[in-house]
Amino acid sequence: MRTIFTTLTLFALWLLMSGVYKPLVIGLGVASAVLAVYVEKRMNFIDNSPLKLNVSLYRMFKYFAWLHVEIAKSNWAVTKLILSPNIKLRQNLFEVPFTQKSDFCEAMFANSITLTPGTITVEVEPDHFMVHALAYTDEHDDALADMDRRVTEIETGAAQ
Amino acid sequence: MIALLIEICSWILIVSGGAFAIIGAIGQLRFPDFWARLHAASVSDSAGMILLIAGMILQSGVSLITVKLIIIGAFLYITGATSTHAVASAALVSGLKPPVLKKTKPSRKTRSKKGQAKA
Amino acid sequence: MFVFAAFALFVAMAFLLVRLYIGPTLYDRVLASNAFGTQTVLFIGVLGYLTGRPDFLDIALLYALINFVGTIAVLKFFRYRSLGDSGDRTARSGAGE
Repeated sequence: MRTIFTTLTLFALWLLMSGVYKPLVIGLGVASAVLAVYVEKRMNFIDNSPLKLNVSLYRMFKYFAWLHVEIAKSNWAVTKLILSPNIKLRQNLFEVPFTQKSDFCEAMFANSITLTPGTITVEVEPDHFMVHALAYTDEHDDALADMDRRVTEIETGAAQ
Repeated sequence: MIALLIEICSWILIVSGGAFAIIGAIGQLRFPDFWARLHAASVSDSAGMILLIAGMILQSGVSLITVKLIIIGAFLYITGATSTHAVASAALVSGLKPPVLKKTKPSRKTRSKKGQAKA
Repeated sequence: MFVFAAFALFVAMAFLLVRLYIGPTLYDRVLASNAFGTQTVLFIGVLGYLTGRPDFLDIALLYALINFVGTIAVLKFFRYRSLGDSGDRTARSGAGE
């Protein structure tokens, strides 16, 4: 089931990327999709860790809409900092605890922190991230805790 | 009418995307140390990239080109964050110490619930 | 408009080249070259529109892939001093590579 789905996805990707619909080209697409799935099957003997996603697309979409607003806001803050005549920085490295259970949501939280300019995930420890902030204020902790809550919501909301 | 609106929107998106790309590069030049420059790179990576790709998508209309642009955008979206993290992590491991605020942090941390986990 | 975008990206790339040249530490240079690669991807895309040949986007996609793999490879080499070993067994963070 999984194999068929992967093959179809790869073939759809091929069709979208090539844009040429002749029998020869489509045949080559089928061949390459099957070859890629065969190689993937062989690699799975070595590295057997299938990724299990249980997140709902609707919540994910809502989260990304919110994330883009955050990115826009913090972009503006960093832009003002860059263009200000004398740069006043308040850099800090601090810990942010996370509450996600699956690796995927954890990685999503870390990448969300890095995507918003002004904060960067530097290191991943077992139960918290080390986050570096450009102009640290006390609001950072609350904002990141809020983001953590939202990412966890994607996970737990979909599990129910 | 719609065509004019789309044209204006893509103008705004592409021009501001280019401006953010320049701002990020200026930040890379102006900021005093490596850890600040990471954040400047993140500006041109996220804002400049998203705005430019969005403007190009508006220009291309609905076609296969749009799909390619979306794939490029999604790829840059993920890899930009990952490679920024990789650079920061490698720099930290190699011993490039980030500046840390000494005064406020310990007092705040011991008051919050994270304090006993650290102690 | 694409002329402006191409010009803006060109200026940004010039600034990044300056940083690449004067960067005091190794990681400044890696960071600048990574950002340079991202700008190049966008520049190739804009150039495709400018010359009316959207096929350039395929090249841009390929460049994005190569840029990412190159950056990760360089950083892995700096961190473990070799490319072949399965260095991630000694890594503190399992999520990185």
